[in-house]
Amino acid sequence: MTQKHTLSVLVENKPGVLARVAGLFSRRGFNIDSLAVGPTEVPEISRITIVVDVESHPLEQVTKQLNKLVNVIKIVELEPPHAVERELLLVKVRADAASRSHVLETAELFRARIVDVAVEVVTIEATGTADKLDALLRVLEPFGIKEMVQSGVVAVGRGPRSITSAANLRPVERSA
Amino acid sequence: MTAISSAPRPATGAQSLVYSLEALGVDVVFGIPGGAILPAYDPLYDSTSVRHVLVRHEQGAGHAASGYAHATGRVGVCIATSGPGATNLVTPIADAYVDSVPMVAITGQVPRPQIGSDAFQEADICGITLPITKHNFLVQSADDIPRTMAEAFHIASTGRPGPVLVDIPKDVQQAQTMFAWPPTLDLPGYRPVLRPHGKQIREAARLIAQSKQPVLYVGGGVLKAHAADELRELVEATGIPVVTTLMARGAFPDSDRRNLGMPGMHGNVTAVTALQKSDLLITLGARFDDRVTGKLSTFAPNAAVIHADIDPAEISKNRVADVPIVGDCKEVIASLIPAIKAEFEAGHKPDYAGWWRQLDRWRDTYPLGYEWHEDGTLAPQYVIERLGAISGPDSVYVAGVGQHQMWAAQFISYEKPYSWINSGGLGTMGYAVPAAMGAKMGRPDTTVWAIDGDGCFQMTNQELATCALEGVPIKVAVINNGNLGMVRQWQTLFYDKRYSNTRLGTIADKSGVVRIPDFVALAEALGCVGLRCETREDVDATIEKAMSINDAPVVCEFVVGQDAMVWPMVAAGASNDDIMAALDVRPSFDEDA
Repeated sequence: MTQKHTLSVLVENKPGVLARVAGLFSRRGFNIDSLAVGPTEVPEISRITIVVDVESHPLEQVTKQLNKLVNVIKIVELEPPHAVERELLLVKVRADAASRSHVLETAELFRARIVDVAVEVVTIEATGTADKLDALLRVLEPFGIKEMVQSGVVAVGRGPRSITSAANLRPVERSA
Repeated sequence: MTAISSAPRPATGAQSLVYSLEALGVDVVFGIPGGAILPAYDPLYDSTSVRHVLVRHEQGAGHAASGYAHATGRVGVCIATSGPGATNLVTPIADAYVDSVPMVAITGQVPRPQIGSDAFQEADICGITLPITKHNFLVQSADDIPRTMAEAFHIASTGRPGPVLVDIPKDVQQAQTMFAWPPTLDLPGYRPVLRPHGKQIREAARLIAQSKQPVLYVGGGVLKAHAADELRELVEATGIPVVTTLMARGAFPDSDRRNLGMPGMHGNVTAVTALQKSDLLITLGARFDDRVTGKLSTFAPNAAVIHADIDPAEISKNRVADVPIVGDCKEVIASLIPAIKAEFEAGHKPDYAGWWRQLDRWRDTYPLGYEWHEDGTLAPQYVIERLGAISGPDSVYVAGVGQHQMWAAQFISYEKPYSWINSGGLGTMGYAVPAAMGAKMGRPDTTVWAIDGDGCFQMTNQELATCALEGVPIKVAVINNGNLGMVRQWQTLFYDKRYSNTRLGTIADKSGVVRIPDFVALAEALGCVGLRCETREDVDATIEKAMSINDAPVVCEFVVGQDAMVWPMVAAGASNDDIMAALDVRPSFDEDA
């Protein structure tokens, strides 16, 4: 049985930090399902969202090892009912005169947008959970998918609290 | 960190580096200059407080820094140039990482504009050492040098100690900057936990008060935390038996009967079996290494586990802890003592007399020992035993890796902390000579013995030239059995005595083969005194002769039998229940059931 967990990892915005995090996962034998990195509202801090598959390693060992990286400031696990998770999908679908209206209708149903139109091909942009994007792809499949690209998961906790606000960024006493 | 402060003054990056080392209180660095680190060597030439020791190979610089750190508790420092200089440090850095040795490695790097261009002597040493350093830095501006050096020393020496690498491009060393001290550290993600949680301490004390067959499983973390005095007090207060792992030899006196000795693959039967039969492991700064646990699933099957470590990631990594305690061992033990006393005073004082009777019975039945082979060859264990007896507990003993290392761990009585130095986790052959050099430089008034094998010795003996020229009179006992002895032992036991590529030819044999190299001649060529001993009668005299020479390094070659084996032994992957006390001697614990 696999168990997936979404971790928000706040790191110092410095060169090489992503390599430290990714390298740790590979050498410790932890499986990464998805990884996305980007800036936060605090310029010195970047946020890495990692979906980790802890089939063989308990999550605790993953977070403890991550915490030992000097550039890692904070780790928060975001649990599905209490967090919003989204992925971005861009997909080129065959859409000739006969099928175009069906493709557009499908996109509409999934609240996806057409971002580019060419002869016989449209490019659709969709956001959502992994399940929703999988469903969209299944429906688009019969029309003919020519190319697709998908982002890693980004996630944020529900409610008013911020994990990056100054009060919450005070270093917690922990490892190394 | 020292209290030195310095108002801003103009400096080059290289000067700023040397001033930083001075401000950090560094008294010795080990290294070799080269193109990309040359700017740093120029101001180093002027430093009156930082002594640079020119080694013969960068690996020697790294192990010397490690030996220095082990012997003194201070951060060891090594320096190398870019590319091959830096990659030659990889082995000692990995070694220091696994054994949690505080070390800072400074490397030159090609100038920033050339980074990534496959320039001459360019290697991505930060990338290479990512998995084997506690942290590393590529310095991007000369202005950052004091802060980076202070951070490197802070990270290396606090929390769970470890190696930190600082890579400084040549143009950064040459750039103009301002040097000021002390800098402000900027490490928002680094804050080790030192003080244990009170609730966990009370829970641990409660378990201890309930236990009937507890064992203090003491690892290197106790030495790193300078907690030997606290450990002694804990044992005095409780009477609980102690085992000291390979990294913890000396943390508790071997002459104290409450010390059962070393557990593990080559631990003694009593120490191994005490852990196996225990109902409570009080684990202090140890990490349930496979060489201690044997087959993990059968290790100490009836024991509850208290696990105290400064590194939270070690706790429940291999063996699930019932009471996890994150903290520095000194503070952990100091907190445990009153908590346990409170339990005892509340009437929960356990009686360990039955447990001790059982332990003493094992100790009487399966003492450590060795045999003299019928071929008349010298027993290596005897040599090492005599060495420990003659040089005594105030000496420092530094081992390489292999049979001689295990015998040195078994047959020398360690009475004091920091008297035993070796490469435990990585098992780096060639560690002894350079590490002994570093230890001797850190503690010049102490007798330092490197106990080496003929295989190990041939990997790093060139540092004896460094010792001779720099006036570092270490003593080296080469236990020469003419073979890669531990590998040969495994070939004897597990490969049908097929001795594939383990014979080194360092012993003359009857067929007219000469010894290559001749260690006595080699020692003399390296500026050392060379002595050879081939008989039991000469062992004491040879050691005493070496003890009398203090103005030059001494190499004593002891020619020993090739068939001596390290016993007891738990075969790799086997259960500790299946320990062999000697060849074909399997202890029976049935009467204890």
